[in-house]
Amino acid sequence: MSDTPTKVVVDCSTGITEVLPLTEAEIADMETARVAAEDQRKAAEAEAAAVAAAKESANVKLAALGLTAEEIAALSK
Amino acid sequence: MATYTLISSNVLSSSATSVTFSAIPSTYTDLVLRISARSTLGAGEVVSSRIIVNGDEGAVNTYYSSIYVSGNGTSASSGLTSDQAPWIFGSTITANAATSNTFSNNEYYIPNYAGSTAKVLSGEEASENNATTTTRNARAGLYRGTTAITQLAVAGTTFASGSSFYLYGISNA
Repeated sequence: MSDTPTKVVVDCSTGITEVLPLTEAEIADMETARVAAEDQRKAAEAEAAAVAAAKESANVKLAALGLTAEEIAALSK
Repeated sequence: MATYTLISSNVLSSSATSVTFSAIPSTYTDLVLRISARSTLGAGEVVSSRIIVNGDEGAVNTYYSSIYVSGNGTSASSGLTSDQAPWIFGSTITANAATSNTFSNNEYYIPNYAGSTAKVLSGEEASENNATTTTRNARAGLYRGTTAITQLAVAGTTFASGSSFYLYGISNA
């Protein structure tokens, strides 16, 4: 059994489906794309975490200024 | 009255790294791409996939943008891929580590796909895990190519056997 990854191509004009082995170049491209996608996902997660941390920090500072929890919550509505 | 016609479909009988619909006819008004998929990869609950239009792909290009909102039952997030993104980024394919035999649901609507202007895409994505935590995304994507869409590929992970891919054409008359 081959371990070569495959791709599926469906020709909508004929209905013929082909299962094709990836070329070495396609395998390399796939790995590059996988790494890029993972980097993109991590960047999005890091950005979301940074925003959440900044929001929490801001809430703490607002509370220190004397705002109630209800007043702080109202600011983001 | 609008009609909803199956153009082509494929249910994987063995794992594959991508599924491409080629030679898409230009005779419809809109396209709908429906995916039920699971990955053979991933230690978490979901893994990323991507949608490539007309084979336009590269480490850096100016074809795509994508924005999303996401929730997993515990936290919510949103994000934007820049105008340098090399593909429309989909993110909710059920991962190998998720509950066995669960498959994600993804549906993408592409209006005016055969037109000569940039193409938009709206997507609904839900991983399935049959457990406490799962992920639900809503996505808007942009493909800046101005030629008709004749090819759609779903890639970015290794799709497990049993994953299904359906392409429909919508006619508004």
